[in-house]
Amino acid sequence: MNLGAVYILWLRQLKRYFRARSRIVGALGQPLLFLLALGFGFGPIFQKAGQGNYLEFLAPGIIAMSILFTAIFSGIEIIWDKQFGFLKETLVAPISRWEIMLGRTLGGATVAMIQGIIVVILASLVGFRIHSLGEFPLAIIFMFLIALLFTALGTAIASILEDMQGFQLIMNFMVMPFFFLSGALFPLTGLPQALNIVARIDPLSYGVDGLRGTLTGAAQFGLTLDFFVLSAITLILLGVGTYLFSKIQI
Amino acid sequence: MAKNTVVAKNLIKKYGDLTAVDGISFEVPKGEIFAFLGPNGAGKTTTIKMLTTLLHPTEGKIELNGIDPVKDSEGARKTFGIVFQDPSLDDELTAYENMEFHGVLYKVPGDIRKQRTEELLRFVELWDRRNNLVKTFSGGMKRRLEIARGLLHHPKIFFLDEPTLGLDPQTRNHIWEYIKNLNKKEEITIFFTTHYMNEAEDVAGRVAVIDHGKIISLGSPKELKSRTKSSSLEQAFLKLTGKAIREEEAGAKEQMRMASRVWGGRR
Repeated sequence: MNLGAVYILWLRQLKRYFRARSRIVGALGQPLLFLLALGFGFGPIFQKAGQGNYLEFLAPGIIAMSILFTAIFSGIEIIWDKQFGFLKETLVAPISRWEIMLGRTLGGATVAMIQGIIVVILASLVGFRIHSLGEFPLAIIFMFLIALLFTALGTAIASILEDMQGFQLIMNFMVMPFFFLSGALFPLTGLPQALNIVARIDPLSYGVDGLRGTLTGAAQFGLTLDFFVLSAITLILLGVGTYLFSKIQI
Repeated sequence: MAKNTVVAKNLIKKYGDLTAVDGISFEVPKGEIFAFLGPNGAGKTTTIKMLTTLLHPTEGKIELNGIDPVKDSEGARKTFGIVFQDPSLDDELTAYENMEFHGVLYKVPGDIRKQRTEELLRFVELWDRRNNLVKTFSGGMKRRLEIARGLLHHPKIFFLDEPTLGLDPQTRNHIWEYIKNLNKKEEITIFFTTHYMNEAEDVAGRVAVIDHGKIISLGSPKELKSRTKSSSLEQAFLKLTGKAIREEEAGAKEQMRMASRVWGGRR
């Protein structure tokens, strides 16, 4: 394997991320708003229902949300590369499509994970407390898994799209449902059966659960199940993404 | 030993009803400078895309240094370098980073990479701007960087798709000297397209004139001139392809998009 190529593709994603400072700041506004408005707005009701501190419950969900958005976006960025021509430069290089896919996806996932860590800090500033620092590395592993899964998904989608016109469609019919049906905002207990089934199909549910488990000690599915479900789906999506990516003709 | 580095046999590319390339055949021996000329929309870029693994031919056979790019695209990609007609730089990276990215992808060893990057950036007079983001560059500067980047690794075959488009005569001259030198010193086969006929007349050993997806004449600039009883290649070109003004080159891709929309497919 051409590790140098994978590394330089990874590095490119990071450089582009750190150079787009307005994008970083812009992407932090939404989680902050959600934490403040929902966290404090629903806090009293949540408490009255006997469910404890809502901010503590919500924060892992919001962290997962910002990873989801950043990761999907990183994957979708391939469309830009297609339109601005840079993709050609990588496609004619003497490296396999699998290596391009790997470098890009790792880069996008690293960026999304960093964004997740920033949101952890942001949440701490508004009152979120991590239950054990010792488990934080585990939380980072979960963040990276979520990031990897959705970057691979974004790449797969971007491979079959010609331009950004389908982006709204993907946001509204895929990314938003992933988020709202994942248990990021409400507990997945005592739900109507249909919603319960959908939530259990949603891969982000396992990401949110993993984060909740490692950050607050309250996992519902259990960390082992979360880990294996996320890993398996990530591997499948990487495979599908590589296949679709290798079919790109310009 | 394959004597011909680039071989195309009865190459066809269709987009729905539109035939962009219509059964062309040619052979380019090792070390030759071969010019591929034609009006806009004649099929030049489509042909180059098929030769460089970006598009699959509808029919026909290609060989690059003995390798079939359809069957072994990775192997084929190891044999060539390309300067594209349209931009392919990363705007968010600096000039130097674009060079570095290319060098690493093409496995140019670190010391040679650094040395050549400096040499080439000085050559295209961008060394002073090496740490500036490409998005701050003018069109001409981007073009020069694109060429410098293409020359960073030394493949067996160079594809240059209108490499000097939009550059002033000084820069064009300068760049062709460099390419000719490379061709002589390292026996790199050069396959290029251009709209500057004097360029083709000066540097090309042989010229193929393509129109409506077909090769209508092939030979040395001298042969083409005597065949058409012209005094310059430009005149010969006009006699061969007529004087009607053609549609823009974007045609093929637009056609493809239109076709995909009509058929409701994704691509």
